[in-house]
Amino acid sequence: MSFVVFLPTLQTPGFRGVQNFTWFTFGDQALRLGWLLDPLAAVMLIMITLVGLCIFVFSIGYMAGDKNFVRFFAYLSFFSGAMLGLVISNSLLLLFICWELVGLASYLLIGFWIERPSAAAAAKKAFITTRIGDLGFFLGLLWLYGRSGTLLFYDGGNGCLESAGLAMVGASVTFIALLIFCGAVGKSGQFPLHVWLPDAMEGPTPVSALIHAATMVAAGVFLVARVYPLFSLGAINGVTSSLTVVVWIGVTTALMAALIAIAQADIKRILAYSTVSQLGLMMVSLGVGGVAAGMMHLLAHGFFKALLFLGAGSVIHGCHGEQDIRKMGGLRRLMPVTFSTYAIGMMALSGVPLFFSGGWTKEEILHVTAHWPVSRLPYYFLLAGVVLTALYMTRQIIYVFFGDRRAASQRAHESPRVMTMPLIVLASCAILFSVVLTPAWPWLHHYLTGEPAHLEFARLIQPTLFLSLVLVGAGVALGIGIYRKAGAQDRRRPADTDPLEFAQPQLFRFLANKMWIDELYARTVIAFSWMSARLSDWMDRYFWDRLVRGFGAIGQLFGTFTASVDERGINAGVDETTVGARGLGRLMSAAHSGQIQTYLGVIAIGLLALLLFYAWLA
Amino acid sequence: MVGLISALILIPLVGALALFTAPERNARSTALLVNALAAFDALVLWRHFDIGAAGIQLVERHPWIPAIGAEYLVGIDGLSLLLVLLTSLIIPFAFLAQRMDRGFYALMLIMQSALYGTFTAQNFVLWFLFYEMSLIPAFLLIKIWGGKNRDRAATKFFLYTFLGSVAMLLGFVGIYLARGSFDFATLAGLGKNGLLTGKLAWLAFAGIFLGLAVKVPLFPFHTWLPDAYESAPTGVSMVLTGLLSKMGVYGFVRLLLPLFPNEIRIIGPWLLALAICSIVFAPLAAWAQSDLKRMVAYLSVNHLGYCMLGLFAVAVSSVGAAIDTQAADFGGLMQRTPLLCGWMSVAMFSSLGLPGLNGFIGEFLIFKGSFAITASFTAIAVIGLLVTAIVFIRAMQALFSGPLAGSCSTFPDLLPREKIAIIPVTLLMFAIGLAPQFMFNILNTTVVQMARLLS
Repeated sequence: MSFVVFLPTLQTPGFRGVQNFTWFTFGDQALRLGWLLDPLAAVMLIMITLVGLCIFVFSIGYMAGDKNFVRFFAYLSFFSGAMLGLVISNSLLLLFICWELVGLASYLLIGFWIERPSAAAAAKKAFITTRIGDLGFFLGLLWLYGRSGTLLFYDGGNGCLESAGLAMVGASVTFIALLIFCGAVGKSGQFPLHVWLPDAMEGPTPVSALIHAATMVAAGVFLVARVYPLFSLGAINGVTSSLTVVVWIGVTTALMAALIAIAQADIKRILAYSTVSQLGLMMVSLGVGGVAAGMMHLLAHGFFKALLFLGAGSVIHGCHGEQDIRKMGGLRRLMPVTFSTYAIGMMALSGVPLFFSGGWTKEEILHVTAHWPVSRLPYYFLLAGVVLTALYMTRQIIYVFFGDRRAASQRAHESPRVMTMPLIVLASCAILFSVVLTPAWPWLHHYLTGEPAHLEFARLIQPTLFLSLVLVGAGVALGIGIYRKAGAQDRRRPADTDPLEFAQPQLFRFLANKMWIDELYARTVIAFSWMSARLSDWMDRYFWDRLVRGFGAIGQLFGTFTASVDERGINAGVDETTVGARGLGRLMSAAHSGQIQTYLGVIAIGLLALLLFYAWLA
Repeated sequence: MVGLISALILIPLVGALALFTAPERNARSTALLVNALAAFDALVLWRHFDIGAAGIQLVERHPWIPAIGAEYLVGIDGLSLLLVLLTSLIIPFAFLAQRMDRGFYALMLIMQSALYGTFTAQNFVLWFLFYEMSLIPAFLLIKIWGGKNRDRAATKFFLYTFLGSVAMLLGFVGIYLARGSFDFATLAGLGKNGLLTGKLAWLAFAGIFLGLAVKVPLFPFHTWLPDAYESAPTGVSMVLTGLLSKMGVYGFVRLLLPLFPNEIRIIGPWLLALAICSIVFAPLAAWAQSDLKRMVAYLSVNHLGYCMLGLFAVAVSSVGAAIDTQAADFGGLMQRTPLLCGWMSVAMFSSLGLPGLNGFIGEFLIFKGSFAITASFTAIAVIGLLVTAIVFIRAMQALFSGPLAGSCSTFPDLLPREKIAIIPVTLLMFAIGLAPQFMFNILNTTVVQMARLLS
């Protein structure tokens, strides 16, 4: 399907197919949604379906023994559907809807093994952390709607990304763009909301591959690319304040995550941090104006990161569920297919040039970053990131596949065909994909920007190419130097201690504990929220309720007062009156003596009195 | 067709009497039969309702107490119809929630009749009669069939709402003395140019506002609610959250907005602040609860806060949307601890506003409407959304995940009968979430008309 829709976008450069419809009419306003197909959406469709297919096949093997096999595939399909919907939305609202559904799918899949408390905690963390970003997104969406009156991206000139719509947005566009970026920060695991992504590794490994490496986390980058006109509106020399924020967030994330990855021991966590770091790289690329470069890296990353995760899954499967790389080792001979494909993935991720897709896209990002007019600093940070990436990937490979066999790898075995086949397919993608990425024939770049591509070999030779070759080489060499004998007993160092930990124990602990960011959040944000919760409860129970009851008490006091007035005043008065009445009664009963004469006498007197009264009136 | 609305009000009342002639063990089926009849009547009403026409339809008007201008005057517009349908839908669930003796069913039916009456009456005296008529069964239901602390909770509930009602009554007496009418339509016509003037206007406004604010309830008049929900039997909690609180919201739309547009415009920001307090503090308080029913109670306050946010922002789209958020909030049902966690999750996710389910539509419309008017307040309100999510996720996980607790291992899953009841509701939640047009069709004309009234 996605290949079919890919075709028209190939034939016409800058193709844009739009189909809008009315969702509902409320009051006298109609809310319209729509679908959109353009090169950006088309390449994402290809990537998602292809990677998704590999992962589905892989899961058949990986989840074979699970009792909730059907539920797993239902969730996975639900996720894919939501993700595809996200990509082809022509409305920010529809995109947001799919965005939330993707978040839900992620929640369900991370917490798939519900009987594990750690999985439940990770799922909760993921859902809530991303939701913080989503609320920013939601506000941005409302603001945009309030300004431009439509949420359709393209609507024959009236959409919010087209000139007329953008003109209506005006000066508040920076805030809108940044609010929408909040959503991307949450979903793509950017600093400071990156904390959920490594924890999300609690889910089954295919989930980590599909959601937390290849597709879902890419949604944030995709979102920024999709609403790029909002970010770049009013740009001077390609720089706006919102884009500058994007760059710095990206740089921080890329460097920080790469540092943390060096000190992790869990095979999946290392990959998770590398994902965070790579996403930071893409954000930088978008921020400095290289939308096409960022998207290309996104696609390339989708392939090789899925490959790495599935490889890790295969390793874990082979080692009977062990995830600690220090307990593995020597798997090279036991799992040859996994090893060779993993090595390809590793080289693509580290950015080894020429044959691996990741190398070319990273090249291009470095190239655009180097020309950012604001500051050279991001460029240098990214170069440092390149070295670090090569370093931690080398460390991982050495621990897992080289050296002696350790505890977990004693009875390891190669995974079944149904799991290795997807690895091979993805590995070939990671290599073959580079064909359309090289500067010699930058077909994909021009496809995304809507220009025709030419073949020109001279462009292959670029100064940055040599630079990154040197840097990657340095990273790998450093890694080999440090970790060559990592698993073995040294003269001074015990075998289960990381060489870096031995050399710099404090620095290592700082990095291994993820720079204490989780703890910082727990002590500040979470503690504060929980305090407010307790305070609200307390206010309710003791203040507002007491206040109302206080009014009640005043009422009661008043009641007591009136009661006593009743008792002493009125009642007493009534009592008195009663006594008086009784006396009167006695008097009256005396009057009713029964003697006619007396009655007649009284009547006569009364009559006389009445006559006198009338006479007086007249 | 004449008499449909009166029939709607009378069916549950007659049913309540009929319950005592039926044998005790058939009480529930009899009550459900009465419900089916009423629901059928409501559906016929829907068929006869002309969604394109403006104003009150299917009016029935008879003289009642001419001396004070009180008429028997009932009729429906889109808003009323929607709430009538909602009532017909929710009450059966309250019956299904647990098996009780027939006094319980009889009181519930009386409450149902009172709800129908409240949602259709177009004259204040009649409206007030029904409004109060719902109070007494609720009080008795909590007091007789409630859990621990039921006496205290019932008394608190009764005193709070009753004092509110008295204040409202005084407000209306003031209006009557000044303008000589109890008729909603007449008063609304006058309201456009200022119903009353000077101090009297503010006094009447304050009285009516207080009555409705307690009923909804709006922060800080909400403290009766957690106690009441906690002690009330599950079925009653459901009706309290699903319907009785709607009476308050409906009152705001039907009475306060049309009658006092100027006053609301003046003190609007303060009312918004109250709504925001409901939205932010209630879920925070919910977070700190260990009792599931109390938690749901606080979240219900939070939801009503959204409604109020929408109303006070007095935006075109918000008026109706405020009703929708709650339109299928089967909050109370959640308390039937682990029946079917999947179904409960659907309800919870709907409640925290996940797109694709009914909650999101209302939420989106409310926020859209209020953002255009007061962006800053709306931004604060978004915090409420976050806290709600936290609370729901926590609750869901406490119930469903982790190792199975020993005490829970004998809980039965959904019975077939319950499944039959739940499936249509779930489908309805999805239907509203995905294609809400059918519901908006009922409302649209009313909303447009109301917007014209306010602008």
